[in-house]
Amino acid sequence: MSRPSQDDILRLYRMLRLVRRTEEEIARIYPSDKIKSPVHLSIGQEFVSVGAIDPLNADDVVGITYRGHAAYLAKGGNLNTMMAELYGKAGGCAGGKAGSMHLVGMDVGVLGASAVVGTSIPIGLGYALALKREGKGRVAMIFCGDGATEEGVFAESLNFAALHKLPAIIVCENNSYAIHAPHSKRWATDKLCERVGTYDIPTQLVPNGDVFSVRDAVQDVLAGVRAGDGPAFIEAHCYRWREHVGPNEDFDAGYRSRKDLIPWLENDPMAVLGAMLTLEDRAAIDMDVETAIAEALDFAEASPFPGPEELMTHVYAE
Amino acid sequence: MSTQSNAGRLLSYVDALQEAVDQEMARDDSVFVIGLDVDDHKAIQGSTKGLVEKYGPERVMATPLSEDAMTGVCIGAAMAGLRPIHVHIRMDFLLLCMNQLINMAAKAHYMYNGTVKVPMVARSMIGKSWGQGAQHSQSLHSMFMHIPGLKVVAPSNAHDAKGCMIQAIRDNNPVIFVEHRLLYFTESYVPEESYEVELGKARTVVEGTDITIVGISNMVVECLRAQELLKEAGISAEIVDPISLRPLDSETIAQSAAKTGKLLVVDNGWTGAGASAEILAAVAERPADQRPEVMARMGYAPTTCPTTPALEDHFYPNPVTIAAKAYEMARPDGRAWTPDPQAAKLAYQKQFKGPF
Repeated sequence: MSRPSQDDILRLYRMLRLVRRTEEEIARIYPSDKIKSPVHLSIGQEFVSVGAIDPLNADDVVGITYRGHAAYLAKGGNLNTMMAELYGKAGGCAGGKAGSMHLVGMDVGVLGASAVVGTSIPIGLGYALALKREGKGRVAMIFCGDGATEEGVFAESLNFAALHKLPAIIVCENNSYAIHAPHSKRWATDKLCERVGTYDIPTQLVPNGDVFSVRDAVQDVLAGVRAGDGPAFIEAHCYRWREHVGPNEDFDAGYRSRKDLIPWLENDPMAVLGAMLTLEDRAAIDMDVETAIAEALDFAEASPFPGPEELMTHVYAE
Repeated sequence: MSTQSNAGRLLSYVDALQEAVDQEMARDDSVFVIGLDVDDHKAIQGSTKGLVEKYGPERVMATPLSEDAMTGVCIGAAMAGLRPIHVHIRMDFLLLCMNQLINMAAKAHYMYNGTVKVPMVARSMIGKSWGQGAQHSQSLHSMFMHIPGLKVVAPSNAHDAKGCMIQAIRDNNPVIFVEHRLLYFTESYVPEESYEVELGKARTVVEGTDITIVGISNMVVECLRAQELLKEAGISAEIVDPISLRPLDSETIAQSAAKTGKLLVVDNGWTGAGASAEILAAVAERPADQRPEVMARMGYAPTTCPTTPALEDHFYPNPVTIAAKAYEMARPDGRAWTPDPQAAKLAYQKQFKGPF
């Protein structure tokens, strides 16, 4: 594991803080009904997206999930247009037509999310196929959850990616739950990396909830993926702090206990990195983040709803 | 619409498909073919013949048996600027692709507000006959016609096969391309140069005055044979081929039906919630003075397709049953008529080459 530089820590903290505070603000506003879309918050899991995306280049692409706010922002997605999208406004990144579950940012290499689990995996691979043909060493990083690894399309996708040595890095955010169902109800065996390994795809497990470990795991494989060695797979354990969909906590629902949260809370990468900074640096970043979020909320408020004529635009491409 | 020709080079439907793809692949590097066995010795019944030798395995790409993921791969590649032609040897197999085709391919351009396009073609074959049976014969075009964002085209002749394929490849939307296996060896005059057949424009194949018969896919050929039989019974039938089903040129069909007063739609599909239902509804919605007096539809028997020919013979509309139905509609006060069996036999041999 390489020692992160102070620049690395500053940069990663800034993005962790931005995502966390954005998600918390979304949760705070949610009861006002200004946000017109189900939201699947990244709170607690941000470090996987932030750590994994950090080593990528601006011209790499990222396939995100419906729990995609962290990956969208980490790749350089615009916070203003993301917020406006959640508000259902014309100024949203998809003109209000997508909402939280289908965020997209093609201008910064964020492929559109799908609300159907697993659907975006082969699409990211198709993009990787095009990148392979292009021959410039660009890669596609494709996020998925642990639930997606049960879909048949996951196995189909791994096989094809390996067969054609596609320049893809699949990052699995394993938070143990598919909505409310734990692994014990869904998985015959807890051997995800081994399953992936049967396709001769190199795998890395990051169980420790550490943003630098996630980043290092990607760094370890990135050059090889760019060079045409074939795809790589990273499984990062994480924990979803809030309910599956919506702004609230749900530890009293019965399917999991608050005590499971405690080790993750204590190990929160945002707090861990924050503690590595000087008070001044941290305060400055925190202030920037609050300003950016306030601007995004203003932008979303001020943006108009799309007019009724927008209903029928873009049904077909010219 | 291309120039019609009644002379020149006769080409089979399957060779016309191959030529369309070959010409587009030569013209545009981003076009590629992908699917199970697109590169083998059978070459998808000849429709991909010679392509892998000419363009190599990266542009004529075999796939594992993974229709779901491969459809996603085509969508992603299309979003990245390539133009995939995904080939399925049976339309029945498209059922394995539905999530990707309907939830992503059809919706991406809209959902992402025009920031991506999905210029892909999904080719598939309708089986029919010789014991293809329940799962190797279906045409499911009406399922795809239902979905905004998809285009659906079912050319009935070699000329349109080439022109529609070129148009479909150049179209920036996902196009479901429906090919009937029994049409593969029918021939028509096909220009050697590249040309497009515009989607959303129906063709009146034969003009008539007594009844309008719309045929879909190979039913166009069966309707043309029925039209010959009806001529002998003194009925002048106008045969219309919609060519593309979404967009659908209901205007041409409605005008013909208003002229003849009678509309029969013959589909290669079930009538229940089928393409024929859509066509009749589109015509029925017109003001009263623009509607035909009589409307009916024919299609598969409302059952699963049996394999044995003894039963399969009764599953599909054929020139005899089509002519009998049309006669009944055109002469409601006359006695029932079915064509002479000898004449019907001859009708089966008739080939229609054009002009189209």
